[in-house]
Amino acid sequence: MSGSVFQSRKLVGVIAAGLLALSGTAAVAQEKVLRVAPQADLRILDPVWTTAIVTRNHAFMIYDTLFGMDANGKILPQMVDTWKTSPDGMVWDFKLRPGLAFHDKTPVTSADVIASIKRWGSRDTLGQSMMAALTKIEAVDTNSFRMTFKQPFGMVLDAFAKSSPPFIMPERIAKTSGDQQITENIGSGPFIFKQDEYRPGNKIVYLKNKDYVSRSEAPAGTAGGKPVPVDRVEWIVLKDAQTQANALTNGEIDMIERMPPEQYSALKANPGVEIITQVPQGSVMLVLNHLVPPFNNPKIARAATLAISQESLLRAQMVNNDLFKTCPSFYPCGTAYASTTRTAGFTGKPQFSAAKRLLQEAGYDNKPVVLLHPTDHPTLNKYPPVMAALLTQAGFKVEVQSMDWQTLVARRAKKDPADKGGWNIFMTSFFMADTINPLVFTPMNGTGEKGWFGWPTNPKIETLKGEFLATLDEAKRKELAAQMQEEALSSGMLAPLGEYKPLVAVAKGVTGVVPSPNTVMWNIDKK
Amino acid sequence: MPAFLLRRLLATIPVLIVVALIVFTMLQLSPGDPAAAIVGDSGNSEDIARVRAQLGLDQPWPVQFANWSGRLLQGDLGTSLFIKKSVAELISQRVGPTLSLAAVTLTLTLLVAIPLGVLAAWRHGGWLDRALMSMSALGFSVPAFVVAYLLIWLFALHLKWLPVQGYVEMSKGLWPWLRNLILPAFTLSTVYIALIARVTRASVAEALTEDYIRTARSKGISEARVLARHALRNAAIPIATVVGIGVALLISGVVVTETVFAIPGLGQLTVDAVLSRDFPVIQGITLFFSVIYVMVNLLVDLSYLALDPRIRY
Repeated sequence: MSGSVFQSRKLVGVIAAGLLALSGTAAVAQEKVLRVAPQADLRILDPVWTTAIVTRNHAFMIYDTLFGMDANGKILPQMVDTWKTSPDGMVWDFKLRPGLAFHDKTPVTSADVIASIKRWGSRDTLGQSMMAALTKIEAVDTNSFRMTFKQPFGMVLDAFAKSSPPFIMPERIAKTSGDQQITENIGSGPFIFKQDEYRPGNKIVYLKNKDYVSRSEAPAGTAGGKPVPVDRVEWIVLKDAQTQANALTNGEIDMIERMPPEQYSALKANPGVEIITQVPQGSVMLVLNHLVPPFNNPKIARAATLAISQESLLRAQMVNNDLFKTCPSFYPCGTAYASTTRTAGFTGKPQFSAAKRLLQEAGYDNKPVVLLHPTDHPTLNKYPPVMAALLTQAGFKVEVQSMDWQTLVARRAKKDPADKGGWNIFMTSFFMADTINPLVFTPMNGTGEKGWFGWPTNPKIETLKGEFLATLDEAKRKELAAQMQEEALSSGMLAPLGEYKPLVAVAKGVTGVVPSPNTVMWNIDKK
Repeated sequence: MPAFLLRRLLATIPVLIVVALIVFTMLQLSPGDPAAAIVGDSGNSEDIARVRAQLGLDQPWPVQFANWSGRLLQGDLGTSLFIKKSVAELISQRVGPTLSLAAVTLTLTLLVAIPLGVLAAWRHGGWLDRALMSMSALGFSVPAFVVAYLLIWLFALHLKWLPVQGYVEMSKGLWPWLRNLILPAFTLSTVYIALIARVTRASVAEALTEDYIRTARSKGISEARVLARHALRNAAIPIATVVGIGVALLISGVVVTETVFAIPGLGQLTVDAVLSRDFPVIQGITLFFSVIYVMVNLLVDLSYLALDPRIRY
């Protein structure tokens, strides 16, 4: 009898174990997991090595920064507790907040900060300008450091708070050359990177950093407090837009970082989904190649910019009126340096007669301009055909060349004439933080072949940038920013195509998404 | 037999060398530059040139090929230009989901396609045959992504029975593993069921006209036994051949299915590598697939021995 009872219990045990194995229900403590479909796969982990947005988002998860920026572009302290500058602006002293520590439990010291700044400064454009203006950067004590400049440099805080700031890492890691990728991913930020669960192309996992010393202020963009109400954040890489929407609808993910525009109507009508704004806006730009004909002639370049119809272009790409707005300014409309009046006659509306007149004056030879069309890029692939039609209406002959995005990024680096493998026009987009002022706006560059793709030579722009870099006077900065915008638009350097709204889709019950110039994931909670 | 195996295995070496050379050459000829992709939007031409030099992409082709081949001979497939993980590690991480998907798909295919094919042959020309062959034509014609979205709509979004996406390792439980593979396997199997059912039907129908079938029937053997033991057995070689081709195609045919169902398998790894021009990964995967193809063909050849005792190697 006892034997049969024992055997029965054994049998029940075996069945239970089998069922458990079958169901996969392990006795794991209930963790609160936020599952997010990121805007792209995370394949490079070093924010100094690449400027890819997804790598930057990853960096904001695990690293902390000296300063941050709220959603309106206002600079606020983050790791820095107090700071001061000498009356002539040549000496800057910074003191770190007490108690900051890296994920490996070692304290954050000024030596770590200095090494991180130096590594960032070896690669970042604004960082390089800062390094060139520096006499020395030194530790005052373990918690304080000083920067002494040989010439006025007014962009210290802007450089530390911008979208690609110096992310602070341990000195031993930060001593890696800026030309080499780091191999350890240890920061002092609110999340800890789970290296052992890193599956590029599939899943990227972050754990809450329970030892993170948050600021006492409310979260404000990349600044302020960085509370983490969940235990774990998983980035689930979903490349297909329909799969993202289906997974959100089915409760398999909690958030789509960049809602695909074509899913907007369906998701908006879904009662289980909420659509919100995190990153306020992004900008799209028309980039012209100034090294080769015909846009090496400023009149022809200017004519191309006058063909732009922001409304037509944005509607084609973004589909729904809620997802875009026209803005003739390079700097995001509504932010400090934006100007919709000082645009040198550029309105974002087509001016075909003026364009045709300029083409006639310049003696345009009717040779086709090569417009690059990235067919696989979900947020850029519909602009080129519309732009081609607009250019044709303005009197250009246009040859649209279709390719995938990676071919385009390789092609745009070629300086050959368009008919020998080069190019004339492409379009690209930027997040708000990347266009917030003329110094972080990479295409605002007049250094010719040394500059960004398109390579315009414009000494006036560079002079104005130098003045902008040197001054701390906000009114003067605004004036200089406006002058640069006028110069760039009047010379046909490049042109804004308007602004898109990079909306976030979340499941009902997800709260606390912080408006920010960059995607950030602290403060987000779920029921 | 051992001599045959050795001969076949040695024959893979020149195949792999040729494949490696072709892939390397084609990658060099293709447009795009991994350095430009790595640098990102804020880089400039100088940044791209610097990264190209660091990665050795500025070296002449023969030098690059010699370097790669040298490492390959030491068993090193190289390192991803982007992820900075060894290609072997990336493949090993991704092979599980793809093999799982392939295994479930193949099982499903064989369980459905062969009985359907035999039934169609048995009722050759009848309504059952015509209905099954119409379904088979449909299976061939409807693109995989359409089938996928229809299945997702019905079983995931509407009935809430199955997940939309993802992959769970078998170590987390048999049901979670299988649950995530049902829809993708159904999607993928439609075309293979169509293919194998048609071949089975043709082969069995032909076998059913043979004298030995008439003899078997005249001896009073049951129809089921005639079909299974006599007709199907003798029709097995073309079916095994097509199954072998199907397995080879299956491995490479998972790309769309893996993308739609977000299964982190070799198909997705291949697409990502191609789109970002991650040359070492593309080369590594191509070689890996080549080895798989050769092995599958070898297994098919060996299966002939079991299916037909008259065959000798």
